[in-house]
Amino acid sequence: MAKQISVFLENKAGRLAHVTRVLGDAGINIRALSIADTSDFGILRLIVSDPDKAYKVLKEAGFTVSETEVIAVQVPDAPGGLASVLEQMSEENLNIEYLYAFLGTSENDALVIFKVEDIEKARKAFIERGIKFLDETRLYQL
Amino acid sequence: MIYWDQEKECMPIEQLRELQLRRLKETVYRVYAFVPAYQKKMDAAGIKPDDIKTLDDLKKLPFTTKQDLRDNYPFGLFAVPMSEVVRIHSSSGTTGKPTVVGYTKKDIDIWAELMARALVSAGATRHSVIQNAYGYGLFTGGLGVHYGAERIGASVIPSSGGNTKRQIMLMQDFGTTILTCTPSYALFMYEVMQEMGVDPADLKLKAGIFGAEPWSENMRREIENNLKIDAYDIYGLSEIIGPGVAVECKYKNGLHIAEDHFIAEIIDPETGEVLPEGEQGELVITAITKEALPIIRYRTRDLTTLDRTPCPCGRTHVRMQKVLGRSDDMVIIRGVNVFPSMVESVLLNIPGVEPHYLLVVDRKGNLDELEVQVEVSEKVFSDEVRKLEELGAHIRRELESALGVSVKVRLVEPKSIERSEGKAKRVIDKRKF
Repeated sequence: MAKQISVFLENKAGRLAHVTRVLGDAGINIRALSIADTSDFGILRLIVSDPDKAYKVLKEAGFTVSETEVIAVQVPDAPGGLASVLEQMSEENLNIEYLYAFLGTSENDALVIFKVEDIEKARKAFIERGIKFLDETRLYQL
Repeated sequence: MIYWDQEKECMPIEQLRELQLRRLKETVYRVYAFVPAYQKKMDAAGIKPDDIKTLDDLKKLPFTTKQDLRDNYPFGLFAVPMSEVVRIHSSSGTTGKPTVVGYTKKDIDIWAELMARALVSAGATRHSVIQNAYGYGLFTGGLGVHYGAERIGASVIPSSGGNTKRQIMLMQDFGTTILTCTPSYALFMYEVMQEMGVDPADLKLKAGIFGAEPWSENMRREIENNLKIDAYDIYGLSEIIGPGVAVECKYKNGLHIAEDHFIAEIIDPETGEVLPEGEQGELVITAITKEALPIIRYRTRDLTTLDRTPCPCGRTHVRMQKVLGRSDDMVIIRGVNVFPSMVESVLLNIPGVEPHYLLVVDRKGNLDELEVQVEVSEKVFSDEVRKLEELGAHIRRELESALGVSVKVRLVEPKSIERSEGKAKRVIDKRKF
């Protein structure tokens, strides 16, 4: 289980630069990010070294921010690795809202951040099937 | 204390009509004799002061508009020599030459009385601590409220507009019980209180008297719930006298117009026809006691209705409903009249959506397009695109069914829509006609 910071961004020049500058000035490291965008706005999703602090500094800077529970899954860093995980999730009827890749690796595995509909169900299924995922303290320190 | 001046505020209607007629006749004689612009207009319309025999004859007189004040800039409509004028106020003049208004000593005295009535009507007493966050200066709001508050013997904090953190500090430290400012500034103060970690319930604030811009019933609820106060609407415009022309009583069911000083009419803004009482149209006011700047049938551009049914408060003065919008603030989109206040009402009915919005009107080809920008608050934000798009679509459907025109909704970042410490800007019209 991990905390993701989500930020609402208008599609305007300089907004992303502003977010990252605010985080940089607060000494917060960005570990993973993805942007979902539409013609009018975007949602920036971040895994950072200190999510609580990131939430606070971004809110103070006037951004609309939320914390979202996500799960960081270790995926074998080999052809078919992600496919295998996704197939198993499909068998378990786990609905995925979105996913994106993490910059670092853990124990030679790649890391993929999943936002699922039912995170508790996903956690149990992963444990049963031996799919590894990272707890948050380890994730933020990678 | 229920009334400031019970004799005038509760005057029997027949007696009130007699008083109005006498004062109207005097005013018409005076402007005809001393203001060449009025004489010229009346001569052109073939009306002499003697033709005004009943209150109904008022409708024979020509209208006065903002343009008349501009054409006679700065002092051309004054009915007294400048040696009698003790105060001058002026509009900001953002849409052309400013309009200039003058007051004699007696005008200032009447204005203070009117504002005293208004403040008492909203529950003020000499024990109140009134924080007046209307701008002091050429704008009539600041000094108008100030003189009325002093008149009733309340303690006035002349904080004027701006420096919101200090305003909140003053509220905490001085024990403000009544706040006066624009309604949009009151909401902005609440946002700043939240940022500062100030809980409005810990303040002594009991009531707010808000005006200078139209605001909806939903906005009233928002302000009352957020600030934990009673919010009263006050109406006025500098051309007439300033704030204090009309104000709500504790029943909040329309604003009592001070009829011993003003005569109100409702007209069709297109034809200028006087409409029967109860119908919606443009408010027209005649000031019948002003010395420096008497004004005949001034077209306020504010849209409202008049209600003469008895009010439980005991005041006999007619009530105008909360102003729906301005006939010149209204935007016509593909033939449909759209008021910012309607948009505000819709937004306030959607949980979590805040009433910070902007209407942007543009013309693409031959088609008008209305874009409504709405700020995304934390309450409605989601990390999923689908949910935000659903929110946008929901707002769009609600707006379209209320306004009757198609709307494009753009979700924008919080605080990206300009906050105003005076009148909020709600419409940007990019069309070129």
